[in-house]
Amino acid sequence: MLKELSEAFGPSGAECEVQSLIKKAVTGHVDRTFEDDFGNLYAFKGKKGKKIMLVAHADEVGLMIVGIERSGTLRFKPVGGIDPRVLPGKPVLLTKDRIPGVIGHKPELFSKPDELRKIVPAESMFIDIGASSKEDAEKQVRLGDYVIFDTKFTDDGDVFMGKAFDDRLGCYVLAQLAKKEFDAQIVLVFSVQEEVGCRGAKIAGFKVKPDCALAVEVTSTNDLPLDGEKDINQAPFLRKGPAITVADQSVICDRDLVNAIVETALEKRIPYQMKPPMVGGTDAGAVHLQQGGIKAAVVSCPVRYIHSPCSIASYADLGLLERLVPLVVTKFIEEIKCN
Amino acid sequence: MQLIKRLCEAYGPTGREDRIRDIIRSEIKGLVLSLKVDTMGNLIAHVPGKGSKVMVCAHMDEIGLIVTFVDRRGFLRFAPVGGVYANRLVAARVVFENGTIGIVNQETRNTQDQALKFDKLFIDIGASSKKSAEAKVQVGDIAAFQQTALVVGRRLVAKAMDDRLGCYVLIEAIRRIKKKRTGRIGNNLYFVFTVQEEIGLRGAITSTYGIQPDYGLSVDVTMTGDTPECEKMAIQLGEGAAIKVRDRMMITHPIIKNRLVSLARRRRIPYQLEVLEWGTTDAAVMQISRQGVPSGTISVPLRYVHSTSEMADLADVESATRLLTEFLTCTIE
Repeated sequence: MLKELSEAFGPSGAECEVQSLIKKAVTGHVDRTFEDDFGNLYAFKGKKGKKIMLVAHADEVGLMIVGIERSGTLRFKPVGGIDPRVLPGKPVLLTKDRIPGVIGHKPELFSKPDELRKIVPAESMFIDIGASSKEDAEKQVRLGDYVIFDTKFTDDGDVFMGKAFDDRLGCYVLAQLAKKEFDAQIVLVFSVQEEVGCRGAKIAGFKVKPDCALAVEVTSTNDLPLDGEKDINQAPFLRKGPAITVADQSVICDRDLVNAIVETALEKRIPYQMKPPMVGGTDAGAVHLQQGGIKAAVVSCPVRYIHSPCSIASYADLGLLERLVPLVVTKFIEEIKCN
Repeated sequence: MQLIKRLCEAYGPTGREDRIRDIIRSEIKGLVLSLKVDTMGNLIAHVPGKGSKVMVCAHMDEIGLIVTFVDRRGFLRFAPVGGVYANRLVAARVVFENGTIGIVNQETRNTQDQALKFDKLFIDIGASSKKSAEAKVQVGDIAAFQQTALVVGRRLVAKAMDDRLGCYVLIEAIRRIKKKRTGRIGNNLYFVFTVQEEIGLRGAITSTYGIQPDYGLSVDVTMTGDTPECEKMAIQLGEGAAIKVRDRMMITHPIIKNRLVSLARRRRIPYQLEVLEWGTTDAAVMQISRQGVPSGTISVPLRYVHSTSEMADLADVESATRLLTEFLTCTIE
């Protein structure tokens, strides 16, 4: 299932392929599923008790075609936050039909020395699908078509590599959770358009109006070798367990929820790490401001090289997150006071 | 005066407003019909009256520093919470929720000629190792400035007057309104002490949604244009309460602005008109809540906003209190 989720086509605004995979996986384990007009997928389980919402986003970062040149090459813009340094030379797939292309750039042979040292902005790159002219290209693509990275999922038993782990790993954990029973109303939300501003989660949070919400996410590691062994922050690390958020750019997590998550990890001896505060943002940010305010928190799987063509994650971390999340839900049901 | 001092000196960075809420609650309980704390932590006080539902808010939180890393020797690295200026931090004293005191200082090697950045700063809590530091402070703990509030002539010097002055003005307005007979309160009043203003007006978003007022007003501070070589701005310390015309995120609704101006004129309350080019207040999100809420702001002029020593004029605080009390008690047509 990880492989299927990772290789699915689902940039922000075009998540249907991912949503149908998830729907198939949870059907039979939940009471019902529902897709709203915006594309968010909901899975409901349990009829009474506290209402707890878990959210993972179905979309991934991608590119969009914004221009077709006379020569048949395609101009694009990123959909979501992508570092332009990771783009040149990467193979890509256009549209759900998966038309192969490559992100072209000026060849080394014809570049001046100072050009080779510069970082090229995405606007000056292009996608080449081998078309011979504008007319030729237009037979296959149109303005507004989406592009994803062409990355096969692989694993070696310890770690696994692929694209879109942000946030298909969260989707995976939620789909596994669907198989468990809880004494509460559980609403699993697979949100759309997180990467362009947590847009789906705003709608979902408003609609569900839960007693509390947990975003299940991934977080970028910071554990690369440092210059001169400086004694500064390198967390989160791969293989050190799920990361718990106190605060990021989008939310100061509810204190009771954060304490409950930390206590759960300690009680069940699940290794965890604290995510460095005030970095990044998640659907929890969108959800906690809905209605008259919703208690929200975030747990994430550490992943190397998110928002790039190929990420690395560890089965150990994912397994620990998969264990932690249902225990946290139980803790929320038992201990969190609701208005 | 004692209350302003207590409010300013208390610990209450964004997301950790509990102590400020406790002080305010003990000051106004008994003066209001009901007090409640909502999901986000906003304190909401209801003073019923005939007429429109009016929500007035001031934010409890102040800017802070959040610990991101504890190094081997026990120094703390941090990130700003809200609009902290790196160049106002060196040698500042800070305090954590559990009372641990620290001082901020900077890396000195290769930093002299550079603009100060947060990643070159650290907090020293006097610990000698990672272990002894972590016994007191953990990653994710939030520090606030530590500073005694002082009266210097007519002026007050303190940290966190943004926006404890606003909190004080609301408390004082509640007291004055209580002295009037209930029948004379022309509006149905909700006093809201909000959380998390400094990182995006978050408490005001949810509390306004919950209350669903007819009119909205925030009481906050504003910058001044009266210090040497500062940015141009037509606000001076001591020249009266500021009635906001616009800021970065809001154009004051004319109903509110005109009403404030006419009340100030009629009651001879010193006022100045404010156009702020750099910031905003809770009113910006109140005005776009649900189907829209006509909103405005009364500001107290404040020098050196977001530093360890801000400066206000007590006469301006009084003008703001008088103007707010008038606004809240006279029926809005």
